[in-house]
Amino acid sequence: MIRPKLFMALLAGVVLLASGAVAPAGADVIKVGVIAPFSGPFAIWGKQFQDGITVYQAQHGTQVDGQTVEFLYRDSGGPNPDVAKSLAQELLVRERVDYLGGFVFTPNALAVAPLIDQSQTPTVIFNAATSAINARSPFFLRTGFTLWQVSVPMAQWAYDQGLRAVATSVSDYGPGLDAEAAFASAFQARGGVVVDAIRMPLSSTDFAPFMQRIKASGADAVFGFLPAGPPTYAFTKAYNDAGLRAAGIGFLGTGETDETTLDALGDAALGLNTAYHYSAAHPSSVNKAFINALALHDPRAVANMASVGAYDGAHLIYEMVAAAKRDGPGAVAAAKGLAWESPRGPVLIDPETRHITQNVYIRVVDKDATGRLFNREFATIEAQPDHGWNR
Amino acid sequence: MGMVFNIALDGLSYGMVLFMISVGLSVTLGLMRVINLAHGGFALLGGALMHGLTFQLGWPFALALPVSVLSVTLIALPMEYVFFRPLYGKGDLTQVLATIGLTFLMIAFVNWLYGSALLGIPLPPYLRGTVDLGLRTLPVQRVAVIVTGMVVLGALYGLIERTRFGIWLRASVDNRAAAEALGINTRWVFAATFALGAGLAALGGVLGAELMPIEAYYPLRYLVVILAVVAVGGMGSVWGAWFAALGLGLIDTAARYALPDFGTIFFFAALIVVLALRPQGLSGRAYDV
Repeated sequence: MIRPKLFMALLAGVVLLASGAVAPAGADVIKVGVIAPFSGPFAIWGKQFQDGITVYQAQHGTQVDGQTVEFLYRDSGGPNPDVAKSLAQELLVRERVDYLGGFVFTPNALAVAPLIDQSQTPTVIFNAATSAINARSPFFLRTGFTLWQVSVPMAQWAYDQGLRAVATSVSDYGPGLDAEAAFASAFQARGGVVVDAIRMPLSSTDFAPFMQRIKASGADAVFGFLPAGPPTYAFTKAYNDAGLRAAGIGFLGTGETDETTLDALGDAALGLNTAYHYSAAHPSSVNKAFINALALHDPRAVANMASVGAYDGAHLIYEMVAAAKRDGPGAVAAAKGLAWESPRGPVLIDPETRHITQNVYIRVVDKDATGRLFNREFATIEAQPDHGWNR
Repeated sequence: MGMVFNIALDGLSYGMVLFMISVGLSVTLGLMRVINLAHGGFALLGGALMHGLTFQLGWPFALALPVSVLSVTLIALPMEYVFFRPLYGKGDLTQVLATIGLTFLMIAFVNWLYGSALLGIPLPPYLRGTVDLGLRTLPVQRVAVIVTGMVVLGALYGLIERTRFGIWLRASVDNRAAAEALGINTRWVFAATFALGAGLAALGGVLGAELMPIEAYYPLRYLVVILAVVAVGGMGSVWGAWFAALGLGLIDTAARYALPDFGTIFFFAALIVVLALRPQGLSGRAYDV
């Protein structure tokens, strides 16, 4: 028979042992959970994120003020809010992570908002680009971009080049409609006219009909937005094949000439204009160091907006750990107004939107000395905030 | 008037691309009664091989194309022996599960080799320009697809209806036991037909790559479109597949011109209507397994 006193003593002993065993391991390791696609059609995103973080840790070490920062990766597959939410739950409850990061798709990011509110976990979005996300939780921060952020400067630049009539042609889904609204509002605010607004089904493979419509609309240029991959490939091909380029109709884009698809686009991409926040060819010493470190880590790796989004995300997390360790609200407070030199140029975390304020570059696809295609930046529109915040 | 002409022209060229990527499945599914969901996988293998030869090794397009298509045809022979032979005459579900599993293997293989990025196939200069048709222009590449499609259509018709091999094939499909009793080597006939289907898939994958670019998830991304063409066309009819591809291509293109906001509703509405009225497809013979 076990007496109550002995039982209590045993229990106390067990509790002491348990907490004693856990405490030292947890004290100097700060865990960061990264939720991104590592399998399936979008697996390249997870790889780009991991590359960016690995390079950052190779350059800056894994320790911040004696605390080891450890990244844990979880595979969300595609746009799948339920999976993202349960992964976040697992990371927060079982792994006891202090920070979250990653997120390619808007629905995945939105799904974790209630969780991070409850656990007060700063969550750095590397990509998901809808303006509304950061309003859903005060613990969201973002080092990617928003469609408003790049589409508004594109429209203003286009107007300044003397273009007055533009047709918009976007994929018929959330980000596409965001891009359409952003471009149209900024272009019309300056006095330009949107002569046709085409919404293309997401599953489109043949873009020739849309191109004929654009040609017939009398536009000086076409502003397009499609999800990167096969659609952007076929869209830019159709732009050339239908003779829009030959007819002098300009091409205004954003991420269509992303570094991961540029080689496949081939010479058809030469001369395309885009407005974006990062080109692997950005001329700065910080970017050069980033590119070299990336090549050292994996010679086949490609630097693009996803890897630099994760690289800056890792930097932001390091800064928050240095300032506030495990204190979530304190970390977010420390992040507000933080400015640094990123591979993409000077950046700042806007204190109100917690979104990254950055330069937007107007680029043109060009060939380098070795014959490889790259995005050459030729105009800079400085310090652009998220223009979609108050919409 | 201009719009009608545009729809007809773009519909025709899009329909021919659809025909090229699905005719191989019409041959295996229709003639051999194997639900080969791995059809797109052979297109992927052909496209990936083409990417390796032209983009990475710098082979000329005109040499790489026959090499890729022939290689896939040859790869298909041992695969037929190992994977598909046990499936002949098995239930639909067994065939679907086995071939979708094979598709995943093919996807994983290309993913491991090249990652999930787009695999570009650079076009040679003679396929790059456009042809002026007076009212508008058409890319040379599309013209090449249309011509190749017509050649494939004619060649398949001739092969199946006019040659000894065609007789063997139709006999083997209709009554295998009787065909064997007459001295036809049905194993060889099936293997050759299967390899032919795989080769056509590779050819279609490469030629259609301007619209449906090759990447690791190609077989799943376009599976629905491919199956739609074959189902509407009717099992086992090359002509049916051709009519279905052109019809669906025209409907889809017309919808894109006139009502882009309605998306692909018309494509699937046409699919539903045809299958409701003619469950065996446009040219359908009864599908008896």
